[in-house]
Amino acid sequence: MTLLETQHVSKSFRGLRAVSNVSLSVATNAITALIGPNGAGKTTLFNLIAGTTALDDGKILFSGDRIDGLRPDQLCELGIARTFQIVKPFSGLTVLDNVIVGALKANLRLSDARRQADSILEHLGLGAKRDLPASVLTLPDRKRLEVARAIATRPKLLLLDEAMAGLRPTECEPMIEFLREINRRDGVTILLIEHVMRAVMALAHSVIVLHQGEVVARGAPEEIVREPVVLQCYLGANVTL
Amino acid sequence: MSIDLINFANVIISGVLTGLVYGLMALGLSVIFGVARVVNFAHGETMTMAMYVAVLAFAFFDINPFVALVPIAAVFFVFGYFLQAAVINRFITRPEHIQFMLLLAVAVIMTNALLLIFGPDARNVQLDYLLESIEVGPLLIDRGKFYAALVACSASAALFAFFRFSHTGTAIRACADNWLGAKVAGLDVKRLYSISFGLGSASVAIAGCMMILLFDLTPGAGPAYTLLAFVIVIVGGLGSMSGALAGGMLIGVSEAMAGLFIAPSAKGMFSFALLILVLLFRPRGLLSDKS
Amino acid sequence: MNRRALSLLASLGVVLVCLPFVATDYVLSVATLFLFFAYTGQAWNILMGFAGQLSLGHSVYLGVGAYAAAALHYHFGIGPWAGLWLSLALCAALGAVIGALAFRYSVSGVHFTLLTIAVAEFMRIGFDHFTWLGGSGGLFLKVTPRDQIDLFNLRGTPAMFYYVILALAAAALALNAWVLRRRPGYYWQAIRENEEAAQALGIHTFRWKMLAMIISASMTSLGGVFLAFYYNNLFPEQVFHISRSIEIILGPIIGGMGTLFGPVLGAALLALLADGATEILAATGWEIPGLKQLIYGIALFAVITILPHGVWPALARKLKVWK
Repeated sequence: MTLLETQHVSKSFRGLRAVSNVSLSVATNAITALIGPNGAGKTTLFNLIAGTTALDDGKILFSGDRIDGLRPDQLCELGIARTFQIVKPFSGLTVLDNVIVGALKANLRLSDARRQADSILEHLGLGAKRDLPASVLTLPDRKRLEVARAIATRPKLLLLDEAMAGLRPTECEPMIEFLREINRRDGVTILLIEHVMRAVMALAHSVIVLHQGEVVARGAPEEIVREPVVLQCYLGANVTL
Repeated sequence: MSIDLINFANVIISGVLTGLVYGLMALGLSVIFGVARVVNFAHGETMTMAMYVAVLAFAFFDINPFVALVPIAAVFFVFGYFLQAAVINRFITRPEHIQFMLLLAVAVIMTNALLLIFGPDARNVQLDYLLESIEVGPLLIDRGKFYAALVACSASAALFAFFRFSHTGTAIRACADNWLGAKVAGLDVKRLYSISFGLGSASVAIAGCMMILLFDLTPGAGPAYTLLAFVIVIVGGLGSMSGALAGGMLIGVSEAMAGLFIAPSAKGMFSFALLILVLLFRPRGLLSDKS
Repeated sequence: MNRRALSLLASLGVVLVCLPFVATDYVLSVATLFLFFAYTGQAWNILMGFAGQLSLGHSVYLGVGAYAAAALHYHFGIGPWAGLWLSLALCAALGAVIGALAFRYSVSGVHFTLLTIAVAEFMRIGFDHFTWLGGSGGLFLKVTPRDQIDLFNLRGTPAMFYYVILALAAAALALNAWVLRRRPGYYWQAIRENEEAAQALGIHTFRWKMLAMIISASMTSLGGVFLAFYYNNLFPEQVFHISRSIEIILGPIIGGMGTLFGPVLGAALLALLADGATEILAATGWEIPGLKQLIYGIALFAVITILPHGVWPALARKLKVWK
């Protein structure tokens, strides 16, 4: 079953085709990875799906309904949450309050929101830091906070933009575990942009490869890694394994 | 030609000349706001201070503003340089509104210090030889306004030349375009900001020396001039030096026209209405060529 | 709020309620000034401290609110308790229009501030020419003897006015306390901290910013109504002047924006500074125009350079009432 679908989506910036005729689908309950070299258009595609950038052509469907043109907050209401590549914490608020802001989308009462926020922080290992101002957190903690906040909105689809970037291998593990768990236990569909291949291999059920704004390959992770065209776009011309 | 048309033409010329002085004032703000990104809420107050110095120079030393503007410009360059270097530079990384309020505080201090020192009475500088008008055919041009506009043009031209041709001027322009890039290229950004603030203050000081010949001076005149400068800079396009001059002339003419057709005291309304419209619908300015 | 904070607040409340019985008229007038700044500061704080939009044109709500109620009283004999509804309605509408235009056309930061200033200045000059409301010569309400209390027409003793503004300031504090720990407070602060992230979390930022504008504007208008009946006269040059806008923001900035008690503390400090200035002048017998405003300016400068978060956070930690 397809949860998210893009059909022939294109976006240009001043003549430069950032995303070109991209049609992809994200299966419900699955974890899909979007990979590709820098400048391939991954974040632009994310922004198109998340409503922060307007698309030039094509359609985006969520559970069969068109969502292109909707505002980010409307998309959140429908069940799409996202994190940002450069984290955007609410620095003046405590860690707990940060997550409560997210939890208020899914909960009418503040007490319920607080309880949910607490439990999410515990799960992500940030429980002890709940009363610290977000401004004092280290980068790995900020990344976790970003994910925690997005999860608090109880999304059906979670868009993760390079959640592992800047994390050391030991820091990646708990994040990978957490994502696997929310996918398995809560059925959250995940679409993630990732450069850290370990995470991709560990998490993704399917992989989509973007290069110069176009989809050049898709399939299971083990297959993708061997595709000549994929190796080509990362390593340059004519590499054989 | 009918008398009305001549009158009309005189008013327009008067507006253009006054507008050129406004333009120099706004040019100073354009340099400060456009380069150092400082929302100089004390801009009008700086000019007011310069005007008082000019009054003092004339009253006590008999030096007329055309001569006095040279040392005054130098003094205010130093003043602006040190204000940026010692105070404002520490706030570059802080949120915008903090910086805004810092300069608001400076403005309040300046205005009321002037009030304290000089009292609320109006002052001006009267030069007898400026009372005679220049006749160009049927047109009458106010001599004072004409000379003031001439000075304003020269000062603006000098500023243009500095930014276009000098080493430091080019460095400052690079800074304005790309702060981080400039730093990477090894430019001392803070020093360039200080120079910019100094230049902006010097420009507004020269404008003040000319303004004292055109208008009466009270300590409370600062805020109105600050707002006028912002109106001109935003209408003319932020960061555009020619836009500041053109905007100045536009405002000068429209104020003159408003004075002719509506009550003179209501001319301020026009400027503010224009600012509101530009902020909403064309924030990059009416005359800017930047996209 | 912990127990220490609550008990301190309660003590302050008792002092304030009892003040008219023990204080001289002069002290009462300073206290009235303090409460006025506390009220308007808290109203402004909702827009800036909570929602993060810097308005330097709040004097326009004071002015419109004041003139609306005063006009109804002056021309039609309608008392301020009825008249204030017009003030509220007009200022809510004005705030809504400014907000709608500004937020719709993405006017933010410095541009937003300049927009608010431009609107206030436009109104100031406009009202100078509005002869039905007295124009630049001013609007004068009928003066009645100050020893009889006519609460209906808001005429009476200084003590009566004191209690009115005390009630307003207390209500504002209660409202802010309630809002801060509920959804509006969370959502506004999220918008203030990072609008893009707030949107991604389901917050309809336009709507919430509008709400902040409308509430802030309406609350400030009641301050204007108070001004009109307290001073009995209105001049556009005074009530719409940018100095009024600056006075409104001084309290929250000195005390601490975005906090609950910051604006109140700031207002107290401001009133003390004003009082101090008056005392100096009285003692020396000099006429020093501008001294009060100069002191305000220096205080603002000092706070921004030394204690940018305001006096309250530092003080609260010392008093151990900070969370």
